[in-house]
Amino acid sequence: MRRYEALEEITEILTDELVVCNLGDPSRELYNIKDRLENFYMMGSMGLSSSIAFGLAISQPKRKVWCIDGDGSILMNLGSLSTIANNVPSNLTLIIVDNGSYGSTGDQLTYTHGKTKLEIIAQGAGFESISVIKNKSEISPILKNLGWRCHLVLIKTMPGSEKVENIPLLPEDIKERFMDLILK
Amino acid sequence: MSVDLKLYEAIKKTGINLLLSVPCIMLKGLLEVIEEKKEIQHIAVTREEEGVGIAAGAYLGGKLPAILMQNSGLGNSINAIKSLLELYKIPVIFIMSHRGAEGEKIMAQMPMGQITIDLLKLLTIETYILNSPGNIKNIIKAVDKAKKTKKPIAIILKRTLWGSLNEKI
Repeated sequence: MRRYEALEEITEILTDELVVCNLGDPSRELYNIKDRLENFYMMGSMGLSSSIAFGLAISQPKRKVWCIDGDGSILMNLGSLSTIANNVPSNLTLIIVDNGSYGSTGDQLTYTHGKTKLEIIAQGAGFESISVIKNKSEISPILKNLGWRCHLVLIKTMPGSEKVENIPLLPEDIKERFMDLILK
Repeated sequence: MSVDLKLYEAIKKTGINLLLSVPCIMLKGLLEVIEEKKEIQHIAVTREEEGVGIAAGAYLGGKLPAILMQNSGLGNSINAIKSLLELYKIPVIFIMSHRGAEGEKIMAQMPMGQITIDLLKLLTIETYILNSPGNIKNIIKAVDKAKKTKKPIAIILKRTLWGSLNEKI
């Protein structure tokens, strides 16, 4: 499975969840598959998608928040796993698409390609609900059955990005339409 | 009223309703008041840059967040300040104790402490310096400015705010 296929599956399942998506190719691919007003596309600050999603989740406790993060990104901000696991926002699902590489910068390998296991790091950080997905067919049944609990879902994919256009939205526009939708 | 309680009351008056913190000995008293009162949601974070991300997400969700930290955390946050807060026009209030300045006893604090004010200027972050209890009311002005301009602002807490330089902190 490639990340693009995983994102297609995730997009199929989405209803009214708020989504915070990691910068670079993941955001471009997600936008290309299906743009939604409920999507917040990151354009900078690599590493912070799980933190942005956590901040959103604690300020909007009645809405489900899904974060689409990457292995390279979460490795930059491992402390975030401790903060999330200890504060346990029951509306937050942290999806890490782990392709073992820095896809937006030319597929250099990350350490999850080597010895590092993010599911074990997450467990050590205190996550109590962790799913590891290796096949595309597992994505839908697992994501559809998430209750109100703080989850971490690790989706293992192959490296490689889809060739898609840049997102034709200004950062401020992404923010404004997202906030208009939430705070209306 | 103690200086820490005055700081707390001013913060509360601004409407700040989420405090993220990385501790500093200078902030010990204020953090204790925050924990005691339990009126403003307070979350400890592992690194200041992480706090910037959480604050940004909370602002998107309708909160008015502030980060309590030591000035050393400014260095840890620079990329997020520029490529998240400035890029998306998200106001976040940084309340920073100023280590490595007058009265500092720990040498390791000096290199970062001495460039802090210049660094804030370079980052184009409007800065309010509180060096005596009489300045605490400026917190309200500072937060209003952040809300209006949708830019991050810094409130610097100097050692002299709590009294003479010879005292414990």
